[in-house]
Amino acid sequence: MALFSKQNKEIFCNPLNLDNPIMVQVLGICSSLAVTSLLKPAIVMGLAVTIITAFSNVIIAAIRNTIPNRIRIIVQLVVVAALVTIVSQILKAVAYDVSVQLSVYVGLIITNCILMGRLEAFAMTNKPWPSFLDGVGNGLGYALILVIVGALREFVGRGSLLGFQLIPQSAYDAGYMNNGMMTMSAMALILLGCVIWVHRAYFYKEK
Amino acid sequence: MKTTSNTYTIIYSVVLVVIVAFLLAFVYTALKPMQDANVALDKKKQILNSLNMRNLPSDQAEQTYNQIIQKQEVGNKVYYKCKVKGKTVFVFPLKGMGLWGGISGFLAVDGYDMKTVYGVYFNHESETAGLGAEIKDNQKWQEKFIGKKIFNDGSSDIALGVKKVVKNPVSEVDAVTGATLTSNGVDAMLKDCLKAYNLPTIRTLANN
Repeated sequence: MALFSKQNKEIFCNPLNLDNPIMVQVLGICSSLAVTSLLKPAIVMGLAVTIITAFSNVIIAAIRNTIPNRIRIIVQLVVVAALVTIVSQILKAVAYDVSVQLSVYVGLIITNCILMGRLEAFAMTNKPWPSFLDGVGNGLGYALILVIVGALREFVGRGSLLGFQLIPQSAYDAGYMNNGMMTMSAMALILLGCVIWVHRAYFYKEK
Repeated sequence: MKTTSNTYTIIYSVVLVVIVAFLLAFVYTALKPMQDANVALDKKKQILNSLNMRNLPSDQAEQTYNQIIQKQEVGNKVYYKCKVKGKTVFVFPLKGMGLWGGISGFLAVDGYDMKTVYGVYFNHESETAGLGAEIKDNQKWQEKFIGKKIFNDGSSDIALGVKKVVKNPVSEVDAVTGATLTSNGVDAMLKDCLKAYNLPTIRTLANN
């Protein structure tokens, strides 16, 4: 099978739109509410989940035929937890600044439903390479929504993007106010609902 | 061998756990010295941050630290005596509880009157990104502390604090939006830790 056959392309591209982990599979909602009040943590979390999903998918796919069926969830969890811990330890030694920024997310990554969902639904029944693509695709699909929600919340809630003030001081002087509601996670749920609504209305076709 | 049998399941889980345990132990011991060095350097950078010397590159931070900062102790309590631009500034380490985990920080106090804040830096273990984590990430918020008075005139109670409604702008700073509990933690940390140091005594010690 070619590395980028039509089937593999679908595995990679579907999670970005038609089979998006957040919008269609409705996985990973909690973490997408928690880390999207600013754009930067949303991007960091998106990338971290992408990397971990891809590599845990590969490992599980490689050992899928040896895993005893009755303890497969535990095996998946052990692999994910070990992988996340090792990565965070290495970062702590080599790139300390990055590890400090990520430390808050480590727990959120291990318990992310997308990881377990993809391991169980895809990696357990597929070869390593398609599993890798599936992991990257789902991670990026997740990151995409996080970035959309994070950007909206930071812009409307604080008037900035990635920490840079976009709405000028003169606008505030003229009476413009930041929408403080946007910094609360309840607003993230409502925004997420709107994103899913737009997606269902314009892009998604029920099978 | 059948992968559904009890024996296989038990052996598989034991082997898996042993492999993972060894792997983690190996990674941990192999990387420990590098991590410790990073942590020590990060602490120095945090102290420099509290002196408003932010974002120095690592080698420069190490050098500046050795030049201007002296570690001192009074009754088991560590503090740092620093020379900044001809001024004596004292830095006090802080430790407290936030919402989800520990918070810490360094408070730099002007040695001239021992009650004006020179600068501050906060750190946290696991506060929510974008909310409680702002105590560390939001430099502007930390800069609001500069110039605040630790004591009010004629009183030896710690007045410096973080409040949702600021009644005493000389000593109090606005809480972080959406992070009331973390802000309360910062407030309690400032009060508890500064009370433990007898600031006027340290000032007398320093002048002798």
